[in-house]
Amino acid sequence: MVLKAFFPTCCASADSGLLVGRWVPEQSSAVVLAVVHFPFIPIQVKELLAQVQQASRVGVAVLGTWCHRRQESEESLGHFLEGLGAIFSHEPWLQLCRERGSKFWSCKATHRQVPASLGAPGQDQVMLIFYDQRKVLLSQLHPPAALPDHQAGDATASAGGLAAVFDTVARSEVLFRSDQFDEGPVRLSHWQSEGVEASILVELAKQASGPICLLLACLLSLISAASTSRVFKLWPLSFIWSKLSTCEQLRHRLGQLTLIFSTQKAENPAQLMRKANMLVSVFLDVALGLALLSWLHGKDRIGQLADALVPVADHVAEELQHLLQWLMGAPAGLKMNRALDQVLGRFFLYHIHLWISYIHLMSPFIERILWHLGLSACLGLTVALSILSDIIALLTFHIYCFYVYGARLYCMKICGLSSLWRLFRGKKWNVLRQRVDSCSYDLDQLFIGTLLFTILVFLLPTTALYYLVFTLLRLLVVTVQGLIHLLVDLVNSLPLYSLGLRLCRPYRLAAGVKFRVLEHEAGRPLRLLMQINPLPYSRVVHTYRLPSCGCHPKHSWGSLCRKLFFGELIYPWRQRGDKQD
Amino acid sequence: MEAEQSFSDICGGRLALQCRYYSPSCREFCVSCPRLSLRSLTAVTCTVWLAAYGLFTLCENSMILSAAIFITLLGLLGYLHFVKIDQETLLIIDSLGIQMTSSYASGKESTTFIEMGKVKDLVINEAIYMQKVIYYLCILLKDPVEPHGISQVVPVFQSAKPRLDCLIEVYRSCQEILAHQKATSASP
Repeated sequence: MVLKAFFPTCCASADSGLLVGRWVPEQSSAVVLAVVHFPFIPIQVKELLAQVQQASRVGVAVLGTWCHRRQESEESLGHFLEGLGAIFSHEPWLQLCRERGSKFWSCKATHRQVPASLGAPGQDQVMLIFYDQRKVLLSQLHPPAALPDHQAGDATASAGGLAAVFDTVARSEVLFRSDQFDEGPVRLSHWQSEGVEASILVELAKQASGPICLLLACLLSLISAASTSRVFKLWPLSFIWSKLSTCEQLRHRLGQLTLIFSTQKAENPAQLMRKANMLVSVFLDVALGLALLSWLHGKDRIGQLADALVPVADHVAEELQHLLQWLMGAPAGLKMNRALDQVLGRFFLYHIHLWISYIHLMSPFIERILWHLGLSACLGLTVALSILSDIIALLTFHIYCFYVYGARLYCMKICGLSSLWRLFRGKKWNVLRQRVDSCSYDLDQLFIGTLLFTILVFLLPTTALYYLVFTLLRLLVVTVQGLIHLLVDLVNSLPLYSLGLRLCRPYRLAAGVKFRVLEHEAGRPLRLLMQINPLPYSRVVHTYRLPSCGCHPKHSWGSLCRKLFFGELIYPWRQRGDKQD
Repeated sequence: MEAEQSFSDICGGRLALQCRYYSPSCREFCVSCPRLSLRSLTAVTCTVWLAAYGLFTLCENSMILSAAIFITLLGLLGYLHFVKIDQETLLIIDSLGIQMTSSYASGKESTTFIEMGKVKDLVINEAIYMQKVIYYLCILLKDPVEPHGISQVVPVFQSAKPRLDCLIEVYRSCQEILAHQKATSASP
């Protein structure tokens, strides 16, 4: 196999010395991590390597020699370097050499155990692959498909080809801690040898984050303890809490904040990303909420909104009344059963009248209520949107009631019709065996059954029409609420930190690598440049999506249509954790 | 060592195949697709603008005209950046892997690299495409669970769609390297 030498680009201009790194025999590749410069004492080099090996559990060893010929009179250096092969034995022994003013390098790999006469690998059997050490260290590989039995964080570096290179560099951080200004016994050259990079703000934030996290974690645990106290478990309050989407959203946010400010450190990079994403999402939410708050409270918009609310509710009620009058007449030219029509129409009209009286009763308090609810926008835009969705649900409560009445009536009618149809044909439903069986009825049973069947059949169009109209209205309201929930979901689950990272530091999230062939001369080893291939945006969103409230429609289109046909009540936006109807 | 040859794709358009032999263990094949023709561009632009002018005479709203110009510009930019592929390259490196690069007309490049350990073989396959039977070159990936199975088939030169003669050239070259790779990986 061709021998691959992974060489860091930062060491390409370093002085001559020893190559230190890891040898991966399965891939026949040598990952060079640093260059040890003269003067050095071999014992100290071996000690340093043993220390690094113990700390990072990566098999770091001396791989060979690096010769950078700056002047013509350094022939003696070459011989000296060859002698070093005897002190640090490694199989195979790499010898990389770079001439001054030449772009092309020469590489030799000698195997001590294989005698030269059996055709030891020549110069064109070594491939040089340059890599940017800093980028490879900081990046995180995302393999295309995670195997179900793949174990992350093995004790030894994983043998996944290029993943081994990334792993080696990432685990050898201990080696990169000393720079050229340190007074250590051994002088190394690597990406941080110009000076260890650090940021004052980051260090201050790290110091301050400990006590802040502790304080906030205590506060949040107090709040969550208060919210789960016995008072809220009493029946009316617990029922209301479970129905309002605002409470669900607040609970979700509380859970997220508890996770962010918990004093446990993140175990793996995925958890760290999740915490960062949640934090950025909460910040954005609060920022948008404050913007909304300032917009609402300026220019007395709350007053305008409150003034507009009651006329809008009145207008909706009037439109409903017109609709019912139309249904009570001859809607779309259909002939209704006069008596049933009048009964249903009058019943619904009285309901609307009651609803309007309640709204008018509440109208003096609406502005105050809206003002206080508007303040809650400072908790976040998602909370404000959830409140809007709840207000819509409350204002259209009468439509919901009409839908329930119409659906129950229609459902009872359909049940009656199906069972009487079976009686008409001489069959009945066997509850024990859950199937249709034949049954012999008496004459008077058959007579009454058929009579009732005809009555129900002739009353079917009227009930079906009312059911259809109110179901459509209900679906309209549900669609509007659904759109608001979709928006809330989007703000909740979008991983903004990961997207920002992908935009500004694309090498941090790597989907793989790409190679570029550098200038080549015949007889010289092949030189490649390994660059990081960043993750596409769609995969970033897919991998780092935050878990949302789970308010997704649980029914497929087919089951929805089936439920509508049989008059069963539909709750498309059932919250997760509620028992199924 | 470079060699350029002229072939045609399945629709009859002209393609150019450039083979670069960097070393016995590294070869690159570059297929350049036919360029965006001025005729089709003019035709599409004229259609869109005539339709917009027709709407304008109906509605008397000048926003339609500016919207049409906007749409044409955005559509062209989107087409050049996301759809029109200028060149497709296959780079095969012994014992490292196979890399496929697509360069779009706007300069964007999208690269996929498959490690040699995952590559089972490189074959020419047949497919029924509308009313034609076409040949395409594809890479077979090993199945980690089953040693003789294939987990995925990755087609190469998907938008250039060269004909069989071009594919045979590329196939023969790549098989030399793959054979060498199999020989050296079999021996310890």
